[in-house]
This record gives sequence, structure tokens and C-alpha cells, in this order.
Amino acid sequence: MTRWTSPWTGRATLLAADDVDTDQIIPARFLKATTRDGLGAHLFADWRNQADGTPKSDFPLNRPGAASRPILVAGRNFGCGSSREHAPWALTDFGISAIVAKSFGDIFRSNALKNGLLPIAIDGDDWAAMAQTLEQAPETELTVDLPARQLRIGTWSTTFPIDPFARFCLIEGVDELGFLLQQEAAIQAFEEQHV
Amino acid sequence: MPVDPTPNHPRTLVEKIWDRHIVVPERDDTPAVLYVDLHLIHEVTSPQAFAALAARGLRVRSPDRTIATADHSIPTLPGTHAGTLPIADSAARAQVDRLTTNCREYGIRLYGQGHGQQGIVHVIGPEQGFTQPGMTIVCGDSHTSTHGALGALAFGIGTSEVSHVLATQCLLQRKPRFMEVRIEGALPPGIAAKDVILAVIAQVGVAGGAGHVFEYRGRAVEALTVDQRLTLCNMSIEAGARAGLVAPDDTTFEYLSGRAEAPKGAAWDTALARWRTLPSDDGARWDRSVTIDAARLAPMITYGTTPAMAMPIDWAIPEPDQLPNHADRQAVSQALRYMALQPGRPLIGHPVDVVFVGSCTNSRIDDLRDAARLVRGRSVANGVRMLVVPGSQEVKRAAEAEGLHHTFIGAGAEWREPGCSMCIAMNGDMLEPGQYAVSTSNRNFEGRQGRGSRTFLASPATAAAAAVTGRVTDPRTLLEGRFS
Repeated sequence: MTRWTSPWTGRATLLAADDVDTDQIIPARFLKATTRDGLGAHLFADWRNQADGTPKSDFPLNRPGAASRPILVAGRNFGCGSSREHAPWALTDFGISAIVAKSFGDIFRSNALKNGLLPIAIDGDDWAAMAQTLEQAPETELTVDLPARQLRIGTWSTTFPIDPFARFCLIEGVDELGFLLQQEAAIQAFEEQHV
Repeated sequence: MPVDPTPNHPRTLVEKIWDRHIVVPERDDTPAVLYVDLHLIHEVTSPQAFAALAARGLRVRSPDRTIATADHSIPTLPGTHAGTLPIADSAARAQVDRLTTNCREYGIRLYGQGHGQQGIVHVIGPEQGFTQPGMTIVCGDSHTSTHGALGALAFGIGTSEVSHVLATQCLLQRKPRFMEVRIEGALPPGIAAKDVILAVIAQVGVAGGAGHVFEYRGRAVEALTVDQRLTLCNMSIEAGARAGLVAPDDTTFEYLSGRAEAPKGAAWDTALARWRTLPSDDGARWDRSVTIDAARLAPMITYGTTPAMAMPIDWAIPEPDQLPNHADRQAVSQALRYMALQPGRPLIGHPVDVVFVGSCTNSRIDDLRDAARLVRGRSVANGVRMLVVPGSQEVKRAAEAEGLHHTFIGAGAEWREPGCSMCIAMNGDMLEPGQYAVSTSNRNFEGRQGRGSRTFLASPATAAAAAVTGRVTDPRTLLEGRFS
């Protein structure tokens, strides 16, 4: 059993920006850490806080209860830029389990999936309908159903694409390193003929 | 089992490299197991990967295929690399120490501070001859695309994947799509590879290359030096493509011949014969194709907060309400607010506080020569700070052998030790909030060069022109008679 074995429901924070790069998700000055713990405190540090460290009250993730909302909704190309895995570490440490966006940066999507963070890409009309619902009713609950590859709000639903192997790993709790270690015989055979 | 290495359909360069590195073929329900020839690591994205290995009692499978350097968080102040000054920032020092300990523990070659060949990871790989045509190369760094300039399939990975490669020398990957980026014709004098790639990104968009690998082709690409091709491939990720390649040719082979880690003697001849089979076959299928006319290119500069918000330097700053698409109007408005720029006004003449020449994009000897050509006989303008940060100790020595450091220092610039420096602003080299920089680096994101920093990305020549005038300046106006 993992979080992904069956559908779950939660509220969302709407961050309706395109091209949110990983330098915004976690600025480089927080990358001197040698562990992956505690990075949620620095999530969107420069968008969340004034220069003097006081929170900006109008930033979506600073609204009361934001930390208990497991879904983040963003625009196109979320997580573009740097390959830093500190970005999904910061998001999951903050309490986010799924990101719904129009599209994702390739490296970010790969990193997210290795950390139990589900990237859900939905297209223009579906995204617009969902964002409008969240703007009008921010307390709306969304249901994430990975086995069915569905995102649902009430009677509305949409199907999202996900790599079948990534879906299998999330649902079954399989880690990729364990899977790769089982390929040792094939790797040895490859190395014997590889120049 | 390895697949048939010579399928009979015409293949792209990337497809040929891909096919030669398949350990287990891709299926619908599982990605391919792809073999990695060369794994580059640095201090920022590797500590958690080594910790993951230690937690499972695993060893590094192929230390001989792993190369380490310290570049991101180290100081670049003169003297800091000779071991005479400790790293002042305790977190950065701990991170660099951790890399040193991990490399010693697992038998990995480390080109760290104090090493005669230390440098930025994407500078030393090609320079030392580690990077070779036909290889698969990965690093926990998105600018790993740089190494594609020598005809290698090179891409950035996350720290979990760093642990996968350390433990198994393999990655789970889906085959990418192929995109041809043709740069036709000849570049006008004074137009650099940086201008070409900024024009490509402006045309393709920051997400246009997602899911694709670029191959840069055409006469203008063939005419570039390897240093220039490295600049071109470096910024592929800024158009969303994980990798960008140039087919290996005689320029590539001349560059590699005699480098420390390049094959020698009979091994060179064998390698050369294999490398010559790599270029894309006639009739190879591209999923997408874009073409740029080199002859029409001008010096490029960014005005906004993504590398795609770039324009010819003599254009006016865009007016958001005249853009056709709502999302672009919003994004450009917000970017111009952050940059405190007026829509419709020229960017030329805008005051500049700092000029940074460096980074894995533009810190090689060709880049330093381009900047020096403009600075020679002039001075850095009053009130402007210019940092010149060579990409490696070898680049630094080569520049000093030509006297370029005298040109920079004599003009009032700072001549630094190698490192990532002000590109990522992790090491104390940074802008003050609100300051403007013309920077030869690769990202103009909000806060990238320090909180509140405002970045104009441009070529080394355009950066140097801003340093000596104190304003955004078309380098062509200062270059009369200075083309080599």
C-alpha cells in the first residue's frame, strides 16, 4: 500500500504562472545543504518572503491553511531550468503530493516521480475549467486517482498521461534503483562487448 | 541483450548513440536501461546521492567512469585556490569537504580546488578530452547538454539518478524525439555563438524543445570552433531540450587530438574510424525541424526573466499589449515590472552596474579573447564592476600566456579563479538587489544572480562593450577594425 494505491482527495493552491523555474521553487543559496531534509522552509523563498524575511500575505502559499493543501496548480512548463532535485524535495517537505500543470520541464518531471510527487499534465480547456473553479471556490476538493489516471472535481473528470512504469513504481512503492540493481547480469554482458 | 547495432533505416546521430548504449531495450511498460560512458559529478548535487548509496551498503560501480570537480559553491577570489585562504562560508566548505571525502572513499578522480586542471565541470570535460564523440554523458546539472558539442549524447539528471549511475552505471530512459535546428548561411562579422543560441531560444520558446534532443546543423554550425559549439549546445536546456548535439567532424577531431584523456596511437585511429560513422544519415527522420538564417542575425540580448525573452540589441523593448497571446502578455508585463524597464523604449543606452564574463556558457579562451578585443585600450566605465572568471585553470593559464589578464586588470576588471561564480551566485559573487548586469551566463531568472538581481544575457563582446561604456551597447559600434 502506498499513497497512490487508491484515489485520494485534497484541496489545492492555485499559482497561475507559466514557466515557474526551479530557481524560484528553491533559490540557489539553499543548495549548500548536504541532506534533503527541511527544504520546505525555503520553498519559493523569494516569492513568499520580503527581503527582510517577513511573509508576503498575498502569495498563495502564505494563505492560511496552505500547508495542509496537498495539490499545487500551476501553468505551462512548471519546473523548467536547473536540474536541482532540491525542488521536489522542497515541495514534498512542504506537504505537496501532486502538481497539476499544463506541462512540466523534463528533468523536473523525472525528479518529481522519484520522490513520490505526482506531475499531472492537463490540457488547455481542462486546465482553464479547473483554474476557474478554484478561483471561484478555493475550498473545492480535487480527487487524484492514479490507478485510473484521473483527476476529478465532483462530476467533472479528466484523464492525464503518465509513463506506465512511473505509475507502476508509485502505486507499488518500487524504487528505480532497486529495479536497476536487478539488471546486473545484463549490465555485465553489455560491458563485455561495449567499446 | 544489446539490440542490432546497425538497423537498416537511416538514423540520426542521436539514434546511433542511443542504439549503441542499450543494455535492455525499451518496452511499453518499462523504459530502456541505458549505459552511461562518463559520469561527471560536483559538490552541489552529489552529497545526497552518496548518502543514498551508503544507506544501502552499495559501492560506486565504475569509479574509472566517474570524474569530480568543485565549481558551484567555491570562492573565485584570487588566492583562494592556492589553499592559502579557507572557504569562508561554512556550509559551502562542508559541501566541498564532503565531495573530497566521498571521492577518497570511493576512488573517484577529483579535480578540486588546488588541482592544476580544476574548473567548471562542463569546461574541463571537453578540455581534458574526457568528452568524446558517440559517448553517453550525464551529470547532476542541466547544462550537461554542453558536451553535445563534440557529438556526445549528454544530458542533465537529478540527484536520485546520480545515485543510480553511481551504483549501476545505467539509467532508465525513454527514447527522446529528434529535432533538427538548422543554422543556414554564414554568420556576419561580430556575431557569436551566444547570439545564435539566444535567437534559437527566442524562436523555439522556453518549452519548445521539451521531450526532444536538438541536433544543430547547417553551414554556420560547421564553421564554428569547438569553443563556440560548446556555447551553442550549452543553452539547449533553456529551450527545454535536455540535450543538443553537433555532428563530429574534422574540427572536432583536431580539437580532441593530443588532449590528456583522448585516445592515443592505434586507439586513436580505431576511435576516429568509429567517430566518422556517427553523423546523421541522409534521409534520417526528424520529429521537428526549425531553420534560422545566420546572415540575418544581430547581437542578441535578453530584456526579461526567461532566456526566450531575447531580441536583437537594437530593437525596442516589447510592448506587452501588442503581443498576440494572452499568456505572453502577462509573462512579459510581469518580467518588465521585475526588470523595471519601460515597454517600447530602446535597451541600448540602459545603465549597467555589473558585467560578468564567465560560466559554463562563455568562459573558454575564445570567449575571453572576444571580450578582451573590446576592452583593449579602454577602461571599465566609472561605477561599473567587471568580473572575468575563466572556466578552468587551463583556460586561465592560456589567457595569461596571451596577456589577456593584463588587458582586463589594466582596464579595471577583476581577474578571478575558475568557478561558476556569478552565474548561480552561490559563492558570494552576486549582484545587490535591483542592480543590472550584462552577463555571459545562461539564466536571467528572477534572483538568479542574487536576490533582486536583474540580468541581461548576452555574448562576451556585448558584455565587454557594456563594461567599457557603462551602458547596454551594440558591440559592433566599438569593433571597427578589431575583427581578427
